[in-house]
Amino acid sequence: MNPFSYVRAVDSADALRQRAGHAAAYLGGGTNLVDLMRETVARPEKLVDVTGLSSAITQSDDGGLLIGAAARNTALAEHRVVRTRYPMLARAILAGASGQIRNMATVGGNLLQRTRCAYFYDTDGSHCNKRRPASGCDALEGFNRNHAILGASPACVATHPSDMCVALAALDATVHVEGKGGARTLPFIDLHRLPGDHPDIDTTLEQGELITAIALPPLTFASRSNYRKVRDRSSYAFALISVAAALKIEGGHISDARIALGGVAHKPWRAFKAEAALQGHEATEPVFRAAAMAELADAQSLSRNGFKIELATRTLIATLADLAGGAS
Amino acid sequence: MPLIINGSPAPVPHDPRVSLLDLLRESLHLPGTKKGCDQGACGACTVLVDGERILSCLALAVQYEGREITTVEGLAGENGLHPMQEAFIVHDGFQCGYCTPGQICSAIGMAAEVRRGVPSHVSADLTADVALTREELQERMSGNLCRCGAHNGIIDAIRDVLETRETAV
Ligand SMILES: Cc1cc2nc3c(=O)[nH]c(=O)nc-3n(C[C@H](O)[C@H](O)[C@H](O)COP(=O)(O)OP(=O)(O)OC[C@H]3O[C@@H](n4cnc5c(N)ncnc54)[C@H](O)[C@@H]3O)c2cc1C
Ligand code: SF4
Ligand code: FES
Ligand code: FES
Repeated sequence: MNPFSYVRAVDSADALRQRAGHAAAYLGGGTNLVDLMRETVARPEKLVDVTGLSSAITQSDDGGLLIGAAARNTALAEHRVVRTRYPMLARAILAGASGQIRNMATVGGNLLQRTRCAYFYDTDGSHCNKRRPASGCDALEGFNRNHAILGASPACVATHPSDMCVALAALDATVHVEGKGGARTLPFIDLHRLPGDHPDIDTTLEQGELITAIALPPLTFASRSNYRKVRDRSSYAFALISVAAALKIEGGHISDARIALGGVAHKPWRAFKAEAALQGHEATEPVFRAAAMAELADAQSLSRNGFKIELATRTLIATLADLAGGAS
Repeated sequence: MPLIINGSPAPVPHDPRVSLLDLLRESLHLPGTKKGCDQGACGACTVLVDGERILSCLALAVQYEGREITTVEGLAGENGLHPMQEAFIVHDGFQCGYCTPGQICSAIGMAAEVRRGVPSHVSADLTADVALTREELQERMSGNLCRCGAHNGIIDAIRDVLETRETAV
């Protein structure tokens, strides 16, 4: 680890001021950043601790939920409103990491955690465009079993590792950020980007921008929602494929749907094509299959992850069938 | 403000690179907390912070100024071992013992989560009281690996404490 200085921000203005003009990074629970610093993948000269900023989880006037970026993952998963009105979010968080890590991890940090691609971590000789621009991508012909099947580029085929973010993508969440230019909000699905020619840039945030909160809309039918995660062992492992889904079914027909996939792309993947294919149709297996096929029509596999296309298709169908069957 | 470790104050390290784990083991000579992977993957370094379980290897000590840290060395009281420690002995919840301090601290933190009603990945109903099935306890303890495979005894010990013995901390 390189030497660095440490300060604790008292509010968002203080955090921005402390961060400005330095090769600095914000520090949440440290569960990703400290690891990356120890591996010398990240080398900030200053850490601005933002765990003292708002961690409040409050119901907003429109009936939605406002979540302070410093809220711990456990606090969000155990919140009564999240458990009853956004079960896919509680389940996504609980499917991630371990009890200890969820107690440390903040919402802001979870959003900005970096890929688990092994070459990204390996500073001793691996080529990785995300870690070092224009150095190449060893995953293209290497260990890419857990890599992307949608939206990848020849420059990078990594996936975004978060479970929580898959639910946030499905739930039409909004991100509140503050930066040099003041405060702004952006749709959660626009926070992360596809790799293109710049896999070194994970998000659309400006340099130094601070995430202050996440807002969830009321989305009342999300009380019938679920998160399904498929992984190599039944706990404490990152997703191979995951699905967050909410269905509104009226008179046997699907009148609204929200779906996102995890483990498939450089960003949490909102499944707009599948949603459109469900709209107005009967909640039956053939319809679910058609929706899954529509979403994965453009999927492309790498040398070792061909199984993921079928796995994503089946996991999506199974998740929708469970929801239609009345399981919440 | 110092950190409070097992009831005693310890100064914040000058170098912010020092992890809570290294502070405990190297500076304070409390070797009970173990270093397995040093990257968040094994749970051997689990300690309690204000009663909540965390991984001390991924924790920068400076971040925990003023907080109450409890390690395995701080669990026993005037009347002897903590009930969770006793139960691990009774149920053979270890073989080599390397993962044990982390398992015990994790189990105590987990018990508090269960009492608070925190659901888990395997809870069928997110809002119901937690059913203390093996599956629930296994899932909640999945952040603590044991290379000796003492898991059956570990789960038996935890179940015994949660169902019958009184829990402190
Ligand atoms: C062994 C292991 C297993 C894991 N398994 C899973 C899993 O199965 N599923 C899963 O989803 N996750 C998993 N994780 C990842 C874990 O969820 C993340 O490490 C965690 O959510 C990061 O949160 P943090 O607060 O610790 O972030 P930090 O490590 O503190 O920060 C992460 C990044 O976010 C930035 N940041 C933090 N807060 C803000 C803010 N407010 N504004 C702007 N930037 C900010 C930091 O600068 C840094 O770049 C695992 C981690 C480990 C170590
Ligand atoms: S997939 Fe992306 S993160 Fe992995 S080696 Fe290639 S460029 Fe790096
Ligand atoms: S040493 Fe901390 S999790 Fe392994
Ligand atoms: S008792 Fe040996 S690692 Fe668990």
